[in-house]
Amino acid sequence: MIARLQQTGYEEDRLQRVAKLLPCRELQAGTLLSIMGQPQQYSYPSVFIYGHRASGKSHVMHILLKELELPHATVSCVECVSVALLFEQVLLSFFGCDAASLLPRSPSLSDFVRIYRQQCLEMPAKQTRYVVMEKAELLRDMDANLLPAILRLQELVEDNVTVIFLSEIVWDKFRPNTGCFEPLLLHFPDYSKGELQQILSQDKHPSYSAEFYSSYINILLGVFYSVCRDLRELRHLAALNFSKFCEPLAEGKVKESDTHKLWRNIEPHLKKAMQTVYLREVSSLQWEQMQQVEEKETGPLRGLSAHTHVELPYYSKFLLIAAYLASYNPARTDKRFFLKHHGKIKKTNFLKKNEKTSNHLLGPKPFPLDRLLAIFYSVVDSRVAPTASIFSQISSLVTLQLLTQVSHDDQLDAPKYKCAVSMDFICAISRTVNFDIVKYLYDFL
Amino acid sequence: MEVIFCIFQGCFVFKPSTKKKKHLGLGAQNSGKRYKLCQDLWDQIKTDTESLQDELNRSILDSLLDFTRKCSSTRQHGDWASQMRASEIPTAALVLGVNVPDHDMTFQSLSELLQQLVTPHVASLQAKECGALKHLMKRVLERLMGTTCTVDDDEEEEPEQTSTETHKSMHCSLGILCDWYKSKTRVGHESQSVVLQSKMLQQPPVVVIFKDLEAFNHRVLQDFILICSRYIERLPLMFIFGIATSPSTIQNMLPHSVSSLLCIELFQSLSCTQHLATVIDKLVLTSHFPFKLNGKVMQVLISIFLYHDFSVRNFIKLALLEHFHSQPLSLSQRDLERIRQLPSFRRYTEKQDAQEKVNLMTDDTHLKVECRKLIKDLRKYHKNYYPVLSLHTLTSSLPRELHLICLEKTVWETEEYQSAMKLLRMLAKELIASIQRCCGTLKPVKSKKMMNALIQMEEILTKIKQLDENAPPVDNSITSPVKSLSQKKTDLFQLQKTLLEMNETRRTKKLSPFETVRNEALELIDGLVKSHLSPPEAQTLYEVCYYTSSATVRRHLNATPRTSIQAALSNPYHYLQNESLKTEDGSVSNAAPDICIAYKLHLECGRLINLYDWLEAYATVASAADGNDPDSDTFGKVDDLFSSARFIQAVSELEFLGFIKSTKQKTDHVARLTWEAVEREKRTHTWLLPL
Repeated sequence: MIARLQQTGYEEDRLQRVAKLLPCRELQAGTLLSIMGQPQQYSYPSVFIYGHRASGKSHVMHILLKELELPHATVSCVECVSVALLFEQVLLSFFGCDAASLLPRSPSLSDFVRIYRQQCLEMPAKQTRYVVMEKAELLRDMDANLLPAILRLQELVEDNVTVIFLSEIVWDKFRPNTGCFEPLLLHFPDYSKGELQQILSQDKHPSYSAEFYSSYINILLGVFYSVCRDLRELRHLAALNFSKFCEPLAEGKVKESDTHKLWRNIEPHLKKAMQTVYLREVSSLQWEQMQQVEEKETGPLRGLSAHTHVELPYYSKFLLIAAYLASYNPARTDKRFFLKHHGKIKKTNFLKKNEKTSNHLLGPKPFPLDRLLAIFYSVVDSRVAPTASIFSQISSLVTLQLLTQVSHDDQLDAPKYKCAVSMDFICAISRTVNFDIVKYLYDFL
Repeated sequence: MEVIFCIFQGCFVFKPSTKKKKHLGLGAQNSGKRYKLCQDLWDQIKTDTESLQDELNRSILDSLLDFTRKCSSTRQHGDWASQMRASEIPTAALVLGVNVPDHDMTFQSLSELLQQLVTPHVASLQAKECGALKHLMKRVLERLMGTTCTVDDDEEEEPEQTSTETHKSMHCSLGILCDWYKSKTRVGHESQSVVLQSKMLQQPPVVVIFKDLEAFNHRVLQDFILICSRYIERLPLMFIFGIATSPSTIQNMLPHSVSSLLCIELFQSLSCTQHLATVIDKLVLTSHFPFKLNGKVMQVLISIFLYHDFSVRNFIKLALLEHFHSQPLSLSQRDLERIRQLPSFRRYTEKQDAQEKVNLMTDDTHLKVECRKLIKDLRKYHKNYYPVLSLHTLTSSLPRELHLICLEKTVWETEEYQSAMKLLRMLAKELIASIQRCCGTLKPVKSKKMMNALIQMEEILTKIKQLDENAPPVDNSITSPVKSLSQKKTDLFQLQKTLLEMNETRRTKKLSPFETVRNEALELIDGLVKSHLSPPEAQTLYEVCYYTSSATVRRHLNATPRTSIQAALSNPYHYLQNESLKTEDGSVSNAAPDICIAYKLHLECGRLINLYDWLEAYATVASAADGNDPDSDTFGKVDDLFSSARFIQAVSELEFLGFIKSTKQKTDHVARLTWEAVEREKRTHTWLLPL
């Protein structure tokens, strides 16, 4: 059943163990091994592995390097807030702390290469060293020269070193304009349903039989496979719902083999899980608690997105309404809505061609501060003095992310904003202040 | 919220005003005393509000603490399910409402509580100090390691500490935090006291508080969570998100791939209006503090709260500030002359007979005695006022609103009061319950009159009870015609007739014993209200306690930068107080600063202003101010370099202030941004539509 991994230079039983630990990834592991070659041989300078989330990239690399006891440094690029961290981690795992402390305060790439070569003279590589860079897509945001340099690190440091990139994005999106050394590409395809079944069935509950757990996984995949193929997430869901699955068994109502009854019991529960805990509307802790007390009918748990009500000060509400109107109405129509004697302007008369599409489909448009205030003073029903607190409310709406500032922070004069709330939200807000917003929206004229 | 700034501004404005009054009043030693008293009272109110706020937040803080404990305990036992489960970072989403300035206090007490009871490792972060992931990391490490490093100074740990110090100076990563945490917990195992062990968990969680989640950069937050999730096995991390709007912002900010790393639980705090209500109940509606607000001031403050910022803390600050301001008055009891001038006191003296009047006006010692008596009366009045106010349970109206009404006018003359009384007259069963409630509220009050009232109420209650025992309810007779009415559908005429009849019968009908008792009770309540809920203005020396000038409050708290700029520009004398700038008809004198002249001239222009014309006009005014002879050749000539430089500066200042801006519509022109109408109605001006 388990395909054999073969590569000279490694111990046979180790390879066996690796193969056992990497179900459904034997093919990829085999390819990788053949790329890596024998330990002491030089390997290809850089390998680029891509595949979706939880398709086993890191896992395969980790198991291979660990079980075969190869010298390696694993760096997660998300963690490297500065290149210094990246360099340090590589030096640390190859040459120890002393080498890492040789790095100057804000090291450049050449500092790194220099120190690497120095250390390399003292400790030359007996076998290939591996640098694994997880989430390599973040390398693109770092210094422009970093990625091309790392791609040919072997050449730069003149050492038997191979860099392996792990990414969820294809290589085409990485290639810099100036061109660079092309790494070997390796794709990790998604697990198929059968493979997921096989992998998930492996972590069976110690007090139940393997077949029982496998049938549970089968049901689980039946519900979730269409929405989620993330192995990690599926395993999480399996663990969360297993106790519910076992419930009728513990009560002695059904036998382990009675799959149909078990299915009838668990299926609605899993469906509910898909709408709540999978979307993180309900936290997994709450979900577990809910399972325990469900008999008492606690009533439906309200998810995170159910709480949308926001309490705002009176004028802030009107400011938000004014901002919404300014964002979704063309500026030319302000006369029509906010002037008493605007004359008769029919919609068709002042329609420009591009305005025929709904503004709500196009999204909010930026508007200057004075337009916002002008609309504000005409929608608010009482006379309001333009005090500092009105202005400060605008900035607090920005911090609450209900408005967004479009222009740069430094631009003091005529700042521009966009309204960032939805139609439903603004309707709810205007209902609380008895303002019929639909009457003022150009799209609904 | 920048309202805080304007409060500080208010403070500065207020301080001189107290001093002024001091000069009016007595010598220096008195003012010192007055200041001390004011400080004392301030401190007292402050501590009271703080404890009150703590109490209000108690329940939510307690549940948060429970959450942290639970999270760290579930982490430790390793059954099958928890092994298989993806290890999520426990996260508490704390919804606090939009009154952001209040949150600081909540978070402070939260982190203090956490540090005392659950874990020493707490770091709170604010968005503005975490612009980039680097800074965020640095803050977290600083707050976590820095604070605890200074706590224990074991000599053995010294080398370790320094090594981490050097590491920290090089870079910040969570790996270092992990090592630090490991050493910390290991040390805790070996050397730290048993007391701490029992109190804290063996693996105290590391809590990171994001005070204002909305303001954080999405990218930074996502990366931070991703990094943290890599270390969750080694480091028991926990997040607390402070959310001002609604919990769905979490989902807006974080993609599913990131939010699936979190185990989010929701905690909703009290809404801020409720919050304020309790604060008012506890602080304003008590007789403990001698300082009171008058109706209008109260209204101003509440409307600021509702309309502008929702911030309870600001509200309290406002109240404190008011207090500070009114303090000179409240202590002016020694300042006898001033007392004599108080309107309420004058009213009082006018009521007295002639001899007494003379005495009061001339004899200082007598006045002092009298004052003491009056102040005592006032205190008594307050003591009685609030309990009676709490009788609102009768009508179930809100005490705060009632308080406002009472402050403004005599309550028993209002319509609402009449209708409430009528309603009470109709009640039967409910009356008993509400009277019982009244007794409950009156019980803790210790003043003599209230005791009396309580006794009377209880008597009424017992009477009603006796009635209940003796006779069945007699109100059948009244309800039966109504019943019959509803049963047979009569035409309108008949309905009227029966109704009239019913009225007749009711009028003539002899009162049942229950009704007599009810009337008695109502009379009692009415009497209580009339004797104790009179508006404070009617009390003698009410100025001592009540702060009335709502206009000053409004002016000081509602900063109107635009109005003041315009005032400064059109009437420079207002701020500069220079005699040469004084003009009568609102025109600007020649000697005014350049910007004022330029401003004045620009008011006469249309939407677009020709710069050259403007400059010419300016040069004419300026050279007149320099004392040049109007008939000379150079008068009003533009080529004077110095004056054109001054003009350019004035124009750019105006542009900076937002009165004009450059325009592309016409060369050599600037666009005007404000209009005459604004100028004319300086107080309540509106921004005209830029149409």
